[in-house]
Parts: sequence; structure tokens; C-alpha cells
Amino acid sequence: MDPFINHKGIVAPLDRSNVDTDQIIPKQFLKRIERTGFGEFAFFDWRYLEPGVLNPEFILNEERYKNASILVSGTNFGSGSSREHAPWALLDYGFKVIIAPSFADIFRNNCFQNGILSIILDKNEVDHIMGMSLSTKNYELNVDLENEIIYDDSGFKTSFKIDPFRRDSLLKGEDEIARTLTSSDQIDNYEKNRIKRW
Amino acid sequence: MKKTLFEKIWNSHVVEQLDDDLALIYIDLHLVHEVTSPQAFESLRINSRKVRRPDLTVATIDHNVPTLDRFNIKDPISKQQIETLRKNCEDFNVPIYDIDNVNQGIVHVIGPELGLTQPGMTIVCGDSHTSTHGAFGALAFGIGTSEVEHVLATQTLLQKKPKTMSIEAVGNLPFGVTPKDLILSIIGKIGVDGGTGHAIEFRGDAFENMSMEGRMTVCNMTIEGGGRAGMVAPDEKTIEFVQGKKFTPKGKNFDQLLEIWKELKTDDGAKFDTEIKIDCSSLEPHVSWGTNPGQVVSVNSSIPDPNDFDTPEKKSNAESALEYMGLEAGQKISDVKIDRVFIGSCTNGRLEDLRAAAKIIDGKKVGKNVNAMVVPGSGIVKMLAEKEGLDKVFINSGFEWREAGCSMCLAMNPDKLSPQERCASTSNRNFEGRQGKDGRTHLVSPEMAAAAAIEGHFVDVRNWK
Ligand code: SF4
Repeated sequence: MDPFINHKGIVAPLDRSNVDTDQIIPKQFLKRIERTGFGEFAFFDWRYLEPGVLNPEFILNEERYKNASILVSGTNFGSGSSREHAPWALLDYGFKVIIAPSFADIFRNNCFQNGILSIILDKNEVDHIMGMSLSTKNYELNVDLENEIIYDDSGFKTSFKIDPFRRDSLLKGEDEIARTLTSSDQIDNYEKNRIKRW
Repeated sequence: MKKTLFEKIWNSHVVEQLDDDLALIYIDLHLVHEVTSPQAFESLRINSRKVRRPDLTVATIDHNVPTLDRFNIKDPISKQQIETLRKNCEDFNVPIYDIDNVNQGIVHVIGPELGLTQPGMTIVCGDSHTSTHGAFGALAFGIGTSEVEHVLATQTLLQKKPKTMSIEAVGNLPFGVTPKDLILSIIGKIGVDGGTGHAIEFRGDAFENMSMEGRMTVCNMTIEGGGRAGMVAPDEKTIEFVQGKKFTPKGKNFDQLLEIWKELKTDDGAKFDTEIKIDCSSLEPHVSWGTNPGQVVSVNSSIPDPNDFDTPEKKSNAESALEYMGLEAGQKISDVKIDRVFIGSCTNGRLEDLRAAAKIIDGKKVGKNVNAMVVPGSGIVKMLAEKEGLDKVFINSGFEWREAGCSMCLAMNPDKLSPQERCASTSNRNFEGRQGKDGRTHLVSPEMAAAAAIEGHFVDVRNWK
């Protein structure tokens, strides 16, 4: 995983709440056995009128959001299925940061695993960013994970919080399994003392 | 210090504390299916890692299985995914219940059925409805594919300690009202993200008096209310269910477990981060009208007007849901005509559910314009149902009787809705496109689905003859 330190990018708005993982990547694309190549299927049912024909009404299809790498959306983003294909699709599509007032738990864990930064902000801050990204051409945000702040070039600035251990892993781009394997002694120990049946 | 059931299980599984909230916890049982595991095994291979405890890992095939001719998988990609799991299980020594085995079935149905699911355990699976197993007083939750790999390689998982929530049912479920109605009404009340970040314990009369199947239905849908896990403290019913199952320890080992299980309850006076009370005494059968499981009404109500919602967000959600569902505000839900009926899934595909539905339809005929099907949750459920003759009851009424699998719960196999088709479904998600692109799903109990199949529209089963 690449380290995540800071990121500057164009913001795309998806003004809906409860965007579920069935929408982010519909089931017919879960049959692949790779981790890559899911980007073209992201938001499939909203994005295409029929395979190959983009839906001009879907906001992410607008020319001005084509190079966006930060997605801002409503509450409970990523609800539903545990499919990690959802963050794989978003990452492959080009999103590195997702901002929302709240996220579903499993989806958020899956983001951490793939170096996507999911940022929880107050609803009014999210609304502000959403508004700016709609009204300003190529509206960009700077995300600074080390200092846990987010700001634009016109005076908006706010802070966010990530669990210290998770933040550290993202900054280092650390492989979580490799990290856990360094705790093998503790795991061995736990297993020895584990109630027999458990 | 007084502890909740969740805290007891969590504390006894911490291998290493990593920061204030984050811990490495030990996993007692890891269930695996074909959809969320291939990339995990592949990555183990690339990194020359082994499966640490194949003996605590069990695989089955459920999501892709055709329910008509299961040995003839026409979709080449489905076939490849199934074959990949077979090969992975063989290479890494993981036991698998394949489609030629009577113990095959939906992963959340076979876990309890085989006695793999036991009180006090930590149980994970690359599937959000893993919360089902919490019905046994286990801490069970869904994980993503990277976490599947983490558990395969280390038998542990890095997790943030969830907050605790108590949902206490006051009073009992009235006659004709089911656990499905109760959980739908709970999600309607707390919202689809009401439980986010929480492990929820269901307490009080209605849950205590509920069958194990009913508790599984409730815990299964905890995730639809955003809950990290749902659980019910183990009691006599739990023990009776678990005892004598294939993987349940026997004799002295079992007696030892009983001693431990006795401790598995929330201490009097223990505090939850959030406490909610639900009055059950006036609960009615529920039907979902929208595109998330919190958009529900009781069967005798009308579809709400988006303008009646208190936030602009809920209003716009309701508007887009009504548009997708092809419904009008103010329409009586009992006037809504249906095209399809699906009885099955890890929510309501167990023997008790099929019995309840069969009782409703016995001797009656499925409506002229309705296509109805029953998909048992597992090979065992199918076998037991056939032993009782339930298959005949369904077939005589005009239902299709299929083979075990996830089927039209998520339509990854050939069973799916056509655009605009409307379905009364006993599954757990009514998301846009869940049962087929532009298909319209109404979540209901097995009894309600059965009655709707006969009438061609929703009816209140309590006074329906
Ligand atoms: S029955 Fe539906 S919800 Fe349950 S495991 Fe299968 S696809 Fe998932």
C-alpha cells in the first residue's frame, strides 16, 4: 500500500445519503477474482443508461468532475454489504479521499485496508464543501493527514480525527498483516492460554 | 466492575491492545464463501503466507449456486469463482461444504445448523450478515476481503472496540406478529445508521420468548440498522439448540462449556452507551415501501408523503425511493400489487420460516399473475422440509420449490427480477437493483409473503382467511 501523507485534488459531489455498496459496485461485478479493474463498473446503474452509454444526468459524468479524486457525500456512506469491491472500485475510479458526515463501519474498515482516507466532518462542513464543489469550477481541497486538517485556497479550513494507530498505518503505508505477524508471540501465548475449547 | 455481555466476550478475546480503542482480537470461527475470498487467498500465495488455523476455518458455496440445476453452472465467471474456492480450500487445507454435500447452504444458516456457532465465540465472515450468529450470544460481524486475509494469516483481527447499545423489548409480540416485523420496525425507528459503531444487545421479554430462529432473523438484520453486531444472551433455548449438533463438543467438554456459558450475560447494573426501549404490545405486521430497510410501514398504513419527513435529507430520500419503487404517497400499502414472491435467504430461509409460510398457503392457490418461489436456506433445511411434506404444500399451491442457496436475495445466480417487477421478499435488503436491475423489493415476514402470493397484493395475515 502507498503511504498517504497529504493529498490535493478536485472534489466531486454525490449529494445522497445511504449510498450503499450495492450501488457503488453492483453484484454482477463481484464474480471477478482480481482486486483491480473495478473502476469502470463503479456506480454502474447510475452511471450508464446501458452498457457503454453514459447517463448524462449522473453528476459524476459531468466533464468538470472527470479528474476528481475527492468524493463528498451524505450520511451513512458505504452501507450494506461488506464487499471490499466497493473501495476497490472507488480507488480504481480515482478517488483517494471520501468525505461524509458518517460511514458504515465495515466500509470504513475496508477503506483503511486500501489506503483510502475516509473523513468524517460535521454535516454543515460537508454541506459547505458540497456547495463549493457544485458552484466552483475545479474546486480543490488539500488534505493533510499528518496534521489532520483539510482546507481550500479560499479560506475554508477544518480539522478531522483518525484513530492514532490507523493514522500511523496510513502515513507509513503499512501492510497490516505484516504488522500483526510481528505479534506472533502474543498470538501464540493467547492460544496457549485460551480456554481449551475456544 | 459490572460488564455487558459484549464486554465479556470482547475482553476475553483481546490479544494485544494497540491504542485506546483499537485491539488485536482473536477469532474463534472464520466462515468463508466464494465471493469475498478469492483475492484473500491469492494474496496469501503472493506473500507466501499460510492459513494459521485451518481447523477454525470453514468454507461453503452459496452466493452463486443455481437453484434449479446446481451441477450445471452456465455462467463461466460464476463457475470460475466456485472452482477457485475449491482449489483454495484444497491448497490451504480448509474444510469445505461443496454443492454435492447435504450440509451445503447459506453460510449463516449452516453455521448454527452444524453447531459451529456457539455462545461466547468471536465469529467473522466476509459477509455483512454474519451478525446472524449473534443470536447465540456470540460476537459475530462481517469483514472485508483484506480482513479475511488477515484472519486467514493470523487468526486475529484489528478492530476498534464498538460502543454498546441495548435494545430492550417491553412486552411480547402480539399474535401474528413475527420477529421480522419487530426488526423491521426497530430499523424504521432507529434508522439505517442508528446502530453504526455499536454492538447491540437485544434484551427483554419479546427476545427471551423468541425461538432461536427468530433471534437469528433479528440479529441477521442488525446490520441493516447499521449495527456492528447484534446479540442475544444465551439461555436454555440456546443450549438446547446447540446441544448434540455435529461440531458441538460432547460429554465432559460440553459440561465445561455450560459452566462458561452461564456467565455470558450482562451483569445487573452494567451500563450501555445507548439504551433504547421498544414497546412490542401494539406492533403490527410490517412492509417496506422504499429502497432501504428503514423505509417501512405497518400493513394497515399508507405510504408516507415525503413532505411529512422532518429533514430535507429524509424527504429527498423518500422522493427518490417512491420514484424508483413506482409508488405514490398516500397509497394504501395493502393495495400494492405484486408480481413475484421470494421466500428464502439467511434472514428467513430456515425450517421454521418455511413451516410458517406453508401453514398460511396450505390448500390455497398462488394468485394468477404471481410467480412465487421457495429457496431453502440449506441442504438440511430442504431435506427436513421435504420429510415433513412442506415441498408438496408449496408445489400444490403453485410455488416453485428450489435448491438451497442465496438465490434472489441478491440475484447473483440466474434468479432475478426483471425491470419494474415487484416482489414480496423475505430477504433483508430492498436496495435499488438488489434483486435485479430496476426490480422493486418489499421486505416482509414469511407469513406476509405467503399471504401476498395468494392474494396478489399485501394483506394483514392476522385477520386474513
Ligand atoms: S442470503 Fe442474501 S444476505 Fe444472506 S448471505 Fe446470501 S446474499 Fe447475503
